[in-house]
Amino acid sequence: MEQGNGKKLVIGVIGADVHAVGIRILEFAFREAGFDVTNLGVMVSQEEFIGAAIETDADAIIISSLYGHGELDCRGMRDKMNEAGLEGLLLYVGGNIVVGKQDFVDVEKRFHNMGFDRVFPPGTPPETTIECLKKDLGVE
Amino acid sequence: MRPVLLIDFGSTFTKVTAVDLSSEEIIGTSSAFTTADSDIGTGLEAALDQLRRAVGELAFEYKLACSSAAGGLRMMVSGLVPELTAEAARLAALGAGARITRVFTHELTRRDLRAIEADPPDIFLMTGGTDGGNRSCMEGNAEKLRSVSPRFPVILAGNRQAADSCEDSLQDFKVIVCPNVMPVFGTLNIEPVQREIRALFLNHIINARGLSRASELLSGILMPTPSAILSAMKLLADGTEREPGIGELMGVDVGGATTDVYSVAAGEPSDINVICKGLNEPYAKRTVEGDIGMRYSASGIVADIGEKWIAQCAGLSESRCEALMDELAADKSKVPSCGQDVLSQFDFALASGAVDIATRRHAGTLEEAYTTSGRVYVQMGKDLSRIRRIVFTGGSLIHAADTLGIARHALFSGRYPMSLRPMKASILRDDRYILSAMGVLAEREKEIALRIIKRELVNLGEIGSDDSL
Repeated sequence: MEQGNGKKLVIGVIGADVHAVGIRILEFAFREAGFDVTNLGVMVSQEEFIGAAIETDADAIIISSLYGHGELDCRGMRDKMNEAGLEGLLLYVGGNIVVGKQDFVDVEKRFHNMGFDRVFPPGTPPETTIECLKKDLGVE
Repeated sequence: MRPVLLIDFGSTFTKVTAVDLSSEEIIGTSSAFTTADSDIGTGLEAALDQLRRAVGELAFEYKLACSSAAGGLRMMVSGLVPELTAEAARLAALGAGARITRVFTHELTRRDLRAIEADPPDIFLMTGGTDGGNRSCMEGNAEKLRSVSPRFPVILAGNRQAADSCEDSLQDFKVIVCPNVMPVFGTLNIEPVQREIRALFLNHIINARGLSRASELLSGILMPTPSAILSAMKLLADGTEREPGIGELMGVDVGGATTDVYSVAAGEPSDINVICKGLNEPYAKRTVEGDIGMRYSASGIVADIGEKWIAQCAGLSESRCEALMDELAADKSKVPSCGQDVLSQFDFALASGAVDIATRRHAGTLEEAYTTSGRVYVQMGKDLSRIRRIVFTGGSLIHAADTLGIARHALFSGRYPMSLRPMKASILRDDRYILSAMGVLAEREKEIALRIIKRELVNLGEIGSDDSL
């Protein structure tokens, strides 16, 4: 494992989504890359992400969704973060975040408009996300 | 014979229990009325006089006590997020036997500081942030608290990185630095804080609470009464290395002003299709309902459960119940006369309501959720459905004609199918009110205390959940 980089992440699977394996893999990959990870597991509500980010003083929230309803579940997340005093906190989302097969450029645009800093399509390897995190958080 | 004396200083009664350590028997018990303004020693003398008349003069090897006199151990707690560190701090203080007068979340405001000064606590428990997490909350609050007077002991049990600067801010206070109540997100670590609370209570609070005279009469141990009861419940459940306990249990104590519920149980889900959310609550958990009680808080019971429910349960008309509520409000010392009078019917309903509300607030809950892989349940709090023993203590339950009828309301009910209360349970009644005394005795003699509890609790038999109400 690399030396810790001091950056704290809160991760989890949002909504009524019980896909438990992928988030464990992400947790492992982020840890290996030196991040301090709080994994909230599956069926995480927006409020839980926010509460955990406040208590742990997180540097980023990373939302995963695999069951197609991510767009509904993520709506209003940025507004709620602003209300909770987490203005400007880095916010990512990734996975099968919309219903059916849609043009990803369009999907990305919709999530950007919802306040997400980065949006990752299905099949993104953890390394890609880690690279973006390091860049956005100024690690190395 | 090796007699020892155990004392329970209450706000209205001082109760004494004499135990013979060699025969492991209770020699006698007695209680005397105490008023808030009289010295605590007066009530003790009166109770001892009574005991002497009943069992003769005894040369006690030692005297130990617990106390909820003079308002009990009054604490304020602060945390960051309400459901997280503030809740962890609340659970820690309750489990240590405290009466929580205020819970503060996020940053303290000027109004909060004025409220603290207007009604200062015995101990202030300050938390916030996981280890390595948020530190501005604790640091800011400590800085604000520094100007408050009078000074009271402050326990710092939040983000460990914040402790140094908080300690600097609070130089004029007695500060105790403790491990974080929530070191890692969602994980509780409340025992170290509870040990400190008890040590402070023993060494500092009793002087401030006018108990110093009594403390001269004692041989060392003095703990908050609820802490003694929780300790007795835990001993009864877990046993010791040589003396087995009776397994996981719940306890209910309905008092005049408040209702306490205890659970000594892991509370893990009973089904694999359950996902747990929220804090993982403590194995030995205590909750207190300040608005639920037989006299001072009778209106809280009715407000929560409804007049109709109370009337139906009492078998009286709603207007009759209203009149009885007025009578109780005017005279809080009113107790039912022997036999079946109207007040005893009404008290049955109040006690049933109190048990129902308080156990529902204590037990965990399930929520149904539909996912792409089918139906799952989300559990918050502890699953107590498989608990098979419930201990009832407190005057209103011990002296009730139909304890089983009241106890039934602690069980699972079809009215609240998502409340994870026991499906069926044996009801154990603390007829001689010895639990707090045994909790104190356990500090010195664990096995003797356990054997006495096991023998003294009266098993009223097993009842199953009943959905008729």
